[in-house]
Amino acid sequence: MGVIELAWWQLALAALLVVALAGCTMAARLGVGRSLLIAAARTAIQLTLVGLVLEALFASARFHWVALMATGMLLIAGREVVARQTRRLTGGWGFGIGTLAMFLSSFSVAVLSLTVIIGPEPWYRPQYAIPLLGMMLGNTMTGVALALDRLTDGAWRQRAVIENRLMLGQPWQEAIGDLRREAMRSGLMPTINAMAAAGVVSLPGMMTGQILAGTAPALAVKYQILIMFAITLGTGFGTLVAVSLASRRLFDARERLRLERLSSSSQ
Amino acid sequence: MEEEAPRQCAMGRGGGCASGALRLEGLAVGELQDVALTVAAGEVLCLSGVSGSGKSRLLRAVADLDPHEGEAWLGATARASLAGHEWRRRVRLVPAESRWWAERVGDHFPSAEVAGLAALGFESATLDWPVERLSSGERQRLALLRAVTPAPAALLLDEPTANLDAETARRVEDWLCARIREAGWPTIWVAHDIAQIARVADRHLRLEAGRLTEAGDPAWA
Repeated sequence: MGVIELAWWQLALAALLVVALAGCTMAARLGVGRSLLIAAARTAIQLTLVGLVLEALFASARFHWVALMATGMLLIAGREVVARQTRRLTGGWGFGIGTLAMFLSSFSVAVLSLTVIIGPEPWYRPQYAIPLLGMMLGNTMTGVALALDRLTDGAWRQRAVIENRLMLGQPWQEAIGDLRREAMRSGLMPTINAMAAAGVVSLPGMMTGQILAGTAPALAVKYQILIMFAITLGTGFGTLVAVSLASRRLFDARERLRLERLSSSSQ
Repeated sequence: MEEEAPRQCAMGRGGGCASGALRLEGLAVGELQDVALTVAAGEVLCLSGVSGSGKSRLLRAVADLDPHEGEAWLGATARASLAGHEWRRRVRLVPAESRWWAERVGDHFPSAEVAGLAALGFESATLDWPVERLSSGERQRLALLRAVTPAPAALLLDEPTANLDAETARRVEDWLCARIREAGWPTIWVAHDIAQIARVADRHLRLEAGRLTEAGDPAWA
Protein backbone atom coordinates (compact mmCIF):
# COMPACT_ATOMS: atom_id res chain seq x y z
CA MET A 1 0.00 0.00 0.00
CA GLY A 2 1.45 3.34 -1.03
CA VAL A 3 1.36 6.57 0.91
CA ILE A 4 -1.47 8.91 0.01
CA GLU A 5 0.13 12.18 -1.02
CA LEU A 6 -0.83 15.15 1.15
CA ALA A 7 -1.09 18.41 -0.80
CA TRP A 8 -0.44 21.87 0.65
CA TRP A 9 -4.01 22.99 -0.03
CA GLN A 10 -5.25 20.11 2.10
CA LEU A 11 -3.06 21.30 4.99
CA ALA A 12 -4.36 24.81 4.37
CA LEU A 13 -7.88 23.49 4.90
CA ALA A 14 -6.88 22.14 8.36
CA ALA A 15 -5.17 25.46 9.11
CA LEU A 16 -8.34 27.31 8.13
CA LEU A 17 -10.27 25.29 10.69
CA VAL A 18 -7.74 26.23 13.39
CA VAL A 19 -8.23 29.87 12.46
CA ALA A 20 -11.98 29.33 12.70
CA LEU A 21 -11.52 27.86 16.17
CA ALA A 22 -9.43 30.86 17.22
CA GLY A 23 -12.14 33.14 15.82
CA CYS A 24 -14.80 31.36 17.88
CA THR A 25 -12.81 31.65 21.12
CA MET A 26 -12.15 35.33 20.42
CA ALA A 27 -15.83 35.96 19.78
CA ALA A 28 -16.62 34.25 23.11
CA ARG A 29 -13.88 36.30 24.84
CA LEU A 30 -12.14 33.22 26.23
CA GLY A 31 -8.71 34.78 25.85
CA VAL A 32 -6.85 31.88 24.28
CA GLY A 33 -7.33 32.77 20.61
CA ARG A 34 -4.08 34.69 20.32
CA SER A 35 -1.83 32.08 21.92
CA LEU A 36 -3.60 29.39 19.91
CA LEU A 37 -2.77 31.14 16.65
CA ILE A 38 0.83 31.78 17.67
CA ALA A 39 1.31 28.14 18.68
CA ALA A 40 -0.25 26.91 15.45
CA ALA A 41 2.03 29.19 13.43
CA ARG A 42 5.05 27.97 15.40
CA THR A 43 4.13 24.34 14.70
CA ALA A 44 3.85 25.00 10.97
CA ILE A 45 7.07 27.02 10.73
CA GLN A 46 9.21 24.84 13.04
CA LEU A 47 8.13 21.58 11.45
CA THR A 48 8.61 22.96 7.92
CA LEU A 49 12.12 24.09 8.78
CA VAL A 50 13.01 20.81 10.46
CA GLY A 51 11.60 19.03 7.41
CA LEU A 52 14.09 20.92 5.24
CA VAL A 53 16.92 20.10 7.64
CA LEU A 54 15.94 16.43 7.70
CA GLU A 55 15.77 16.30 3.87
CA ALA A 56 19.31 17.65 3.71
CA LEU A 57 20.48 15.38 6.50
CA PHE A 58 18.96 12.26 4.92
CA ALA A 59 20.59 13.17 1.62
CA SER A 60 24.06 13.49 3.10
CA ALA A 61 23.80 10.84 5.87
CA ARG A 62 27.24 11.76 7.24
CA PHE A 63 27.98 10.89 10.84
CA HIS A 64 29.19 14.32 11.89
CA TRP A 65 26.01 16.01 10.62
CA VAL A 66 23.87 13.53 12.55
CA ALA A 67 25.98 14.10 15.68
CA LEU A 68 25.69 17.89 15.29
CA MET A 69 21.92 17.67 14.94
CA ALA A 70 21.72 15.39 18.01
CA THR A 71 23.85 17.78 20.06
CA GLY A 72 21.68 20.72 19.05
CA MET A 73 18.55 18.84 20.08
CA LEU A 74 20.13 17.95 23.43
CA LEU A 75 21.12 21.54 24.24
CA ILE A 76 17.67 22.87 23.38
CA ALA A 77 16.11 20.17 25.58
CA GLY A 78 18.45 21.19 28.42
CA ARG A 79 17.34 24.79 28.08
CA GLU A 80 13.69 23.72 28.17
CA VAL A 81 14.24 21.74 31.39
CA VAL A 82 15.62 24.84 33.08
CA ALA A 83 12.85 27.08 31.72
CA ARG A 84 10.13 24.87 33.16
CA GLN A 85 11.30 25.13 36.77
CA THR A 86 10.04 27.63 39.32
CA ARG A 87 13.16 27.34 41.51
CA ARG A 88 16.26 26.25 39.70
CA LEU A 89 19.75 25.41 40.83
CA THR A 90 21.96 28.44 40.26
CA GLY A 91 25.36 28.68 38.63
CA GLY A 92 24.53 26.52 35.62
CA TRP A 93 23.89 23.46 37.79
CA GLY A 94 20.24 23.24 36.73
CA PHE A 95 21.14 23.22 33.05
CA GLY A 96 24.18 21.01 33.61
CA ILE A 97 22.43 18.33 35.64
CA GLY A 98 19.39 18.23 33.33
CA THR A 99 21.48 18.05 30.19
CA LEU A 100 23.87 15.46 31.59
CA ALA A 101 20.98 13.28 32.76
CA MET A 102 19.33 13.45 29.32
CA PHE A 103 22.61 12.82 27.55
CA LEU A 104 23.43 9.75 29.62
CA SER A 105 19.99 8.20 29.34
CA SER A 106 18.55 9.26 25.98
CA PHE A 107 21.76 8.90 24.01
CA SER A 108 22.78 5.56 25.43
CA VAL A 109 19.31 4.03 25.06
CA ALA A 110 18.97 5.43 21.53
CA VAL A 111 22.40 4.14 20.49
CA LEU A 112 21.67 0.77 22.09
CA SER A 113 18.31 0.49 20.31
CA LEU A 114 19.94 1.41 17.00
CA THR A 115 22.97 -0.86 17.17
CA VAL A 116 21.57 -3.93 18.94
CA ILE A 117 17.84 -3.96 18.23
CA ILE A 118 16.91 -2.13 15.02
CA GLY A 119 20.27 -2.42 13.28
CA PRO A 120 20.05 -0.06 10.29
CA GLU A 121 23.07 0.19 8.00
CA PRO A 122 25.05 2.26 9.04
CA TRP A 123 23.77 2.38 12.62
CA TYR A 124 23.52 6.19 12.68
CA ARG A 125 21.34 6.27 9.56
CA PRO A 126 19.43 9.55 10.13
CA GLN A 127 16.03 8.18 9.02
CA TYR A 128 16.10 6.01 12.15
CA ALA A 129 18.44 7.83 14.50
CA ILE A 130 16.93 11.32 14.47
CA PRO A 131 13.24 10.44 14.99
CA LEU A 132 14.16 7.91 17.67
CA LEU A 133 16.37 10.36 19.53
CA GLY A 134 13.78 13.10 19.17
CA MET A 135 11.10 10.98 20.76
CA MET A 136 13.46 9.89 23.53
CA LEU A 137 14.63 13.41 24.26
CA GLY A 138 11.12 14.86 24.21
CA ASN A 139 9.86 12.41 26.80
CA THR A 140 13.00 12.37 28.94
CA MET A 141 12.91 16.15 28.98
CA THR A 142 9.38 16.14 30.37
CA GLY A 143 10.27 13.58 33.02
CA VAL A 144 13.47 15.32 34.10
CA ALA A 145 11.77 18.72 34.18
CA LEU A 146 8.82 17.49 36.25
CA ALA A 147 11.07 15.63 38.69
CA LEU A 148 13.54 18.49 39.19
CA ASP A 149 10.73 20.98 39.63
CA ARG A 150 9.11 18.80 42.27
CA LEU A 151 12.42 18.27 44.05
CA THR A 152 13.58 21.88 44.20
CA ASP A 153 10.17 23.36 44.93
CA GLY A 154 9.54 20.69 47.57
CA ALA A 155 12.89 21.33 49.25
CA TRP A 156 12.05 25.02 49.35
CA ARG A 157 8.63 24.47 50.92
CA GLN A 158 9.69 21.73 53.31
CA ARG A 159 12.90 23.31 54.48
CA ALA A 160 11.90 23.15 58.17
CA VAL A 161 10.97 19.47 57.94
CA ILE A 162 14.22 18.51 56.21
CA GLU A 163 16.28 20.48 58.72
CA ASN A 164 14.42 18.98 61.67
CA ARG A 165 15.28 15.54 60.31
CA LEU A 166 18.92 16.60 59.99
CA MET A 167 18.84 17.83 63.60
CA LEU A 168 17.80 14.36 64.69
CA GLY A 169 20.94 12.96 63.09
CA GLN A 170 19.52 11.60 59.85
CA PRO A 171 21.91 11.44 56.88
CA TRP A 172 20.97 13.79 54.04
CA GLN A 173 19.69 10.95 51.87
CA GLU A 174 17.18 10.01 54.53
CA ALA A 175 16.23 13.60 55.37
CA ILE A 176 15.25 14.26 51.73
CA GLY A 177 14.12 10.68 51.02
CA ASP A 178 10.39 11.41 50.88
CA LEU A 179 10.97 14.25 48.44
CA ARG A 180 13.21 12.13 46.21
CA ARG A 181 10.51 9.48 46.01
CA GLU A 182 7.88 12.10 45.15
CA ALA A 183 10.15 13.61 42.50
CA MET A 184 10.82 10.20 40.90
CA ARG A 185 7.13 9.44 40.88
CA SER A 186 6.10 12.70 39.25
CA GLY A 187 8.86 12.31 36.66
CA LEU A 188 7.80 8.81 35.69
CA MET A 189 4.04 9.24 35.99
CA PRO A 190 3.40 10.50 32.40
CA THR A 191 5.34 7.55 30.96
CA ILE A 192 3.59 5.01 33.17
CA ASN A 193 0.22 6.50 32.27
CA ALA A 194 1.07 6.43 28.56
CA MET A 195 2.08 2.76 28.74
CA ALA A 196 -1.01 1.82 30.73
CA ALA A 197 -3.37 3.63 28.34
CA ALA A 198 -1.63 2.62 25.11
CA GLY A 199 -4.00 0.97 22.70
CA VAL A 200 -6.90 1.00 25.14
CA VAL A 201 -7.54 4.68 25.61
CA SER A 202 -5.19 6.20 23.07
CA LEU A 203 -3.37 5.13 19.96
CA PRO A 204 0.19 6.43 20.29
CA GLY A 205 1.12 9.18 17.87
CA MET A 206 3.99 7.42 16.19
CA MET A 207 1.96 4.30 15.50
CA THR A 208 -0.92 6.37 14.17
CA GLY A 209 1.48 8.22 11.91
CA GLN A 210 3.03 4.99 10.63
CA ILE A 211 -0.35 3.39 9.94
CA LEU A 212 -1.56 6.52 8.16
CA ALA A 213 1.64 6.45 6.13
CA GLY A 214 0.86 2.91 4.98
CA THR A 215 2.76 0.57 7.32
CA ALA A 216 1.05 -2.69 8.29
CA PRO A 217 -0.46 -2.36 11.79
CA ALA A 218 1.43 -5.42 13.11
CA LEU A 219 4.80 -3.87 12.24
CA ALA A 220 3.70 -0.45 13.50
CA VAL A 221 2.71 -2.08 16.80
CA LYS A 222 6.13 -3.72 17.17
CA TYR A 223 7.92 -0.44 16.59
CA GLN A 224 5.57 1.30 18.99
CA ILE A 225 6.28 -1.21 21.77
CA LEU A 226 10.00 -0.80 21.19
CA ILE A 227 9.67 2.98 21.31
CA MET A 228 7.56 2.84 24.47
CA PHE A 229 10.15 0.72 26.25
CA ALA A 230 12.99 2.87 25.00
CA ILE A 231 11.16 5.98 26.20
CA THR A 232 10.52 4.39 29.59
CA LEU A 233 14.19 3.46 29.94
CA GLY A 234 15.36 6.89 28.87
CA THR A 235 12.92 8.74 31.10
CA GLY A 236 13.53 6.42 34.05
CA PHE A 237 17.31 6.54 34.01
CA GLY A 238 17.35 10.24 33.12
CA THR A 239 15.06 11.10 36.01
CA LEU A 240 17.09 8.89 38.34
CA VAL A 241 20.36 10.60 37.43
CA ALA A 242 18.83 14.08 37.61
CA VAL A 243 17.15 13.52 40.99
CA SER A 244 20.29 11.94 42.48
CA LEU A 245 22.62 14.72 41.33
CA ALA A 246 20.24 17.58 42.12
CA SER A 247 19.39 16.32 45.60
CA ARG A 248 23.08 15.91 46.36
CA ARG A 249 23.67 19.45 45.18
CA LEU A 250 21.09 20.75 47.68
CA PHE A 251 23.43 19.67 50.50
CA ASP A 252 27.07 20.53 51.07
CA ALA A 253 29.94 18.38 52.29
CA ARG A 254 28.80 18.83 55.92
CA GLU A 255 25.30 17.62 54.94
CA ARG A 256 23.74 21.04 55.50
CA LEU A 257 20.70 21.99 53.45
CA ARG A 258 21.87 24.86 51.19
CA LEU A 259 18.76 26.45 49.73
CA GLU A 260 20.69 29.54 48.65
CA ARG A 261 21.82 27.32 45.79
CA LEU A 262 18.31 27.72 44.37
CA SER A 263 17.23 30.89 42.62
CA SER A 264 14.82 32.59 44.99
CA SER A 265 11.83 33.28 42.80
CA SER A 266 10.12 32.36 39.59
CA GLN A 267 10.43 34.51 36.53
CA MET B 1 15.58 21.80 93.65
CA GLU B 2 18.29 19.73 91.99
CA GLU B 3 20.77 17.53 93.76
CA GLU B 4 24.36 18.48 93.33
CA ALA B 5 25.35 16.83 90.08
CA PRO B 6 28.63 14.97 89.89
CA ARG B 7 30.95 17.14 87.83
CA GLN B 8 33.10 15.13 85.52
CA CYS B 9 35.49 17.90 84.69
CA ALA B 10 36.22 21.52 85.40
CA MET B 11 34.54 24.36 83.57
CA GLY B 12 36.42 26.95 81.63
CA ARG B 13 38.02 27.24 78.30
CA GLY B 14 40.50 24.55 77.38
CA GLY B 15 40.33 23.06 80.85
CA GLY B 16 41.72 19.74 79.69
CA CYS B 17 38.29 18.20 79.70
CA ALA B 18 38.37 14.63 78.48
CA SER B 19 34.93 13.22 79.07
CA GLY B 20 32.07 14.55 77.07
CA ALA B 21 32.31 18.32 77.51
CA LEU B 22 31.06 20.47 74.64
CA ARG B 23 33.68 23.01 73.66
CA LEU B 24 33.33 25.81 71.10
CA GLU B 25 36.30 27.65 69.70
CA GLY B 26 36.36 30.71 67.49
CA LEU B 27 32.77 30.18 66.44
CA ALA B 28 31.50 33.03 64.27
CA VAL B 29 28.06 33.30 62.75
CA GLY B 30 26.27 36.49 61.71
CA GLU B 31 26.98 39.26 64.23
CA LEU B 32 28.46 36.84 66.73
CA GLN B 33 32.23 36.75 66.55
CA ASP B 34 34.77 34.46 68.10
CA VAL B 35 32.59 32.59 70.55
CA ALA B 36 34.65 30.38 72.85
CA LEU B 37 33.02 28.48 75.65
CA THR B 38 32.99 25.11 77.33
CA VAL B 39 29.94 23.37 78.70
CA ALA B 40 30.94 20.60 81.08
CA ALA B 41 29.32 17.20 81.10
CA GLY B 42 25.98 17.41 82.89
CA GLU B 43 26.12 21.21 83.01
CA VAL B 44 23.19 23.39 81.92
CA LEU B 45 24.29 26.64 80.31
CA CYS B 46 21.35 28.99 79.90
CA LEU B 47 21.43 31.50 77.09
CA SER B 48 19.15 34.51 77.05
CA GLY B 49 18.82 37.67 75.00
CA VAL B 50 16.22 39.68 73.08
CA SER B 51 14.61 38.14 69.99
CA GLY B 52 16.83 38.39 66.97
CA SER B 53 20.03 38.55 69.02
CA GLY B 54 21.22 35.33 67.41
CA LYS B 55 20.54 32.67 70.05
CA SER B 56 18.96 30.25 67.61
CA ARG B 57 21.64 30.96 65.03
CA LEU B 58 24.30 30.10 67.56
CA LEU B 59 22.59 26.79 68.33
CA ARG B 60 22.25 26.06 64.61
CA ALA B 61 25.94 26.78 64.14
CA VAL B 62 26.89 24.42 66.97
CA ALA B 63 24.73 21.72 65.35
CA ASP B 64 26.48 22.57 62.06
CA LEU B 65 23.31 23.41 60.16
CA ASP B 66 24.53 26.68 58.65
CA PRO B 67 27.89 27.62 57.16
CA HIS B 68 30.03 29.40 59.78
CA GLU B 69 33.55 29.65 61.08
CA GLY B 70 35.11 27.93 64.04
CA GLU B 71 35.32 24.46 65.47
CA ALA B 72 33.52 22.46 68.13
CA TRP B 73 34.62 19.50 70.21
CA LEU B 74 32.71 16.92 72.10
CA GLY B 75 35.15 15.56 74.61
CA ALA B 76 38.22 14.79 72.56
CA THR B 77 36.29 14.42 69.30
CA ALA B 78 36.55 17.32 66.87
CA ARG B 79 33.45 18.05 64.84
CA ALA B 80 35.45 18.10 61.61
CA SER B 81 36.45 14.49 62.18
CA LEU B 82 32.84 13.34 61.95
CA ALA B 83 30.34 13.42 59.10
CA GLY B 84 27.59 16.02 59.56
CA HIS B 85 24.91 13.55 60.53
CA GLU B 86 27.17 11.75 62.98
CA TRP B 87 27.88 15.02 64.78
CA ARG B 88 24.17 15.88 64.91
CA ARG B 89 23.35 12.43 66.18
CA ARG B 90 25.60 13.22 69.15
CA VAL B 91 24.84 16.92 69.53
CA ARG B 92 21.07 17.03 69.27
CA LEU B 93 19.33 20.36 68.59
CA VAL B 94 15.66 20.68 69.56
CA PRO B 95 14.21 23.66 67.64
CA ALA B 96 11.57 25.95 69.11
CA GLU B 97 9.07 24.66 66.58
CA SER B 98 9.21 20.95 65.85
CA ARG B 99 8.28 19.46 62.49
CA TRP B 100 6.64 16.13 61.86
CA TRP B 101 6.70 14.33 58.54
CA ALA B 102 4.90 11.02 59.03
CA GLU B 103 1.28 10.39 59.88
CA ARG B 104 1.58 8.78 63.29
CA VAL B 105 3.60 9.91 66.29
CA GLY B 106 5.29 6.51 66.56
CA ASP B 107 6.70 6.72 63.01
CA HIS B 108 9.08 9.41 64.23
CA PHE B 109 10.70 7.16 66.80
CA PRO B 110 13.27 4.50 65.89
CA SER B 111 11.43 1.75 67.77
CA ALA B 112 8.17 1.11 69.61
CA GLU B 113 10.06 1.14 72.92
CA VAL B 114 10.13 4.78 74.01
CA ALA B 115 11.31 5.52 77.53
CA GLY B 116 9.90 8.56 79.30
CA LEU B 117 6.40 8.69 77.79
CA ALA B 118 4.78 8.43 81.21
CA ALA B 119 7.09 11.01 82.78
CA LEU B 120 5.90 13.59 80.24
CA GLY B 121 2.23 12.72 80.68
CA PHE B 122 1.77 10.30 77.81
CA GLU B 123 1.04 6.61 77.51
CA SER B 124 2.21 3.98 75.04
CA ALA B 125 -1.00 4.48 73.02
CA THR B 126 0.26 8.00 72.26
CA LEU B 127 2.54 6.50 69.64
CA ASP B 128 -0.56 5.62 67.59
CA TRP B 129 -1.95 9.15 67.68
CA PRO B 130 -2.07 11.01 64.38
CA VAL B 131 0.34 13.96 64.42
CA GLU B 132 -2.40 16.22 63.03
CA ARG B 133 -4.34 16.13 66.26
CA LEU B 134 -1.50 17.01 68.63
CA SER B 135 -1.76 20.32 70.46
CA SER B 136 1.26 22.61 70.33
CA GLY B 137 2.15 21.65 73.91
CA GLU B 138 1.96 17.95 73.11
CA ARG B 139 4.12 18.50 70.05
CA GLN B 140 6.74 20.25 72.10
CA ARG B 141 6.92 17.55 74.75
CA LEU B 142 6.98 14.77 72.15
CA ALA B 143 9.69 16.62 70.21
CA LEU B 144 11.85 16.61 73.34
CA LEU B 145 11.25 12.92 73.80
CA ARG B 146 12.04 12.29 70.13
CA ALA B 147 15.27 14.24 70.44
CA VAL B 148 16.58 12.05 73.26
CA THR B 149 15.54 8.75 71.62
CA PRO B 150 18.06 7.24 71.02
CA ALA B 151 20.19 9.09 73.56
CA PRO B 152 22.47 11.88 72.30
CA ALA B 153 25.76 12.98 73.88
CA ALA B 154 24.88 16.67 74.21
CA LEU B 155 21.71 18.76 74.00
CA LEU B 156 20.91 22.14 72.45
CA LEU B 157 17.46 23.29 73.55
CA ASP B 158 15.72 26.26 71.94
CA GLU B 159 13.01 27.42 74.35
CA PRO B 160 11.92 23.89 75.17
CA THR B 161 8.94 24.91 77.31
CA ALA B 162 7.65 27.93 75.35
CA ASN B 163 4.28 26.37 74.48
CA LEU B 164 3.59 24.81 77.88
CA ASP B 165 1.49 26.00 80.81
CA ALA B 166 3.38 26.76 84.02
CA GLU B 167 2.66 23.44 85.69
CA THR B 168 3.62 21.30 82.68
CA ALA B 169 6.68 23.46 82.09
CA ARG B 170 7.89 22.64 85.62
CA ARG B 171 7.30 18.97 85.06
CA VAL B 172 9.22 19.02 81.76
CA GLU B 173 12.04 21.03 83.36
CA ASP B 174 12.39 18.50 86.17
CA TRP B 175 12.40 15.61 83.73
CA LEU B 176 14.95 17.30 81.46
CA CYS B 177 17.26 18.27 84.32
CA ALA B 178 17.12 14.77 85.78
CA ARG B 179 17.98 13.24 82.40
CA ILE B 180 20.77 15.75 81.78
CA ARG B 181 22.40 15.15 85.18
CA GLU B 182 21.96 11.42 84.99
CA ALA B 183 23.35 11.03 81.48
CA GLY B 184 25.91 13.83 81.83
CA TRP B 185 24.87 15.70 78.69
CA PRO B 186 26.44 19.12 78.28
CA THR B 187 23.42 21.33 77.56
CA ILE B 188 22.89 24.77 76.07
CA TRP B 189 19.39 25.92 76.98
CA VAL B 190 17.89 29.03 75.38
CA ALA B 191 15.34 30.54 77.77
CA HIS B 192 13.52 33.83 78.34
CA ASP B 193 11.98 33.26 81.74
CA ILE B 194 14.33 34.46 84.49
CA ALA B 195 12.62 32.22 87.05
CA GLN B 196 13.18 29.20 84.84
CA ILE B 197 16.81 30.14 84.29
CA ALA B 198 17.24 30.39 88.07
CA ARG B 199 15.76 26.93 88.44
CA VAL B 200 17.70 25.04 85.76
CA ALA B 201 20.93 26.90 85.00
CA ASP B 202 24.39 26.13 86.29
CA ARG B 203 25.60 29.13 84.37
CA HIS B 204 23.80 31.96 82.58
CA LEU B 205 25.09 33.90 79.59
CA ARG B 206 23.36 36.83 77.94
CA LEU B 207 23.67 37.50 74.26
CA GLU B 208 23.73 41.24 73.55
CA ALA B 209 24.92 43.19 70.52
CA GLY B 210 26.82 40.20 69.21
CA ARG B 211 28.59 39.52 72.51
CA LEU B 212 28.20 36.84 75.13
CA THR B 213 28.41 38.15 78.69
CA GLU B 214 28.19 36.39 82.05
CA ALA B 215 24.83 37.23 83.62
CA GLY B 216 26.04 36.34 87.08
CA ASP B 217 25.27 33.32 89.20
CA PRO B 218 21.76 31.99 89.05
CA ALA B 219 19.75 33.15 92.05
CA TRP B 220 19.54 29.78 93.76
CA ALA B 221 23.25 29.14 93.82
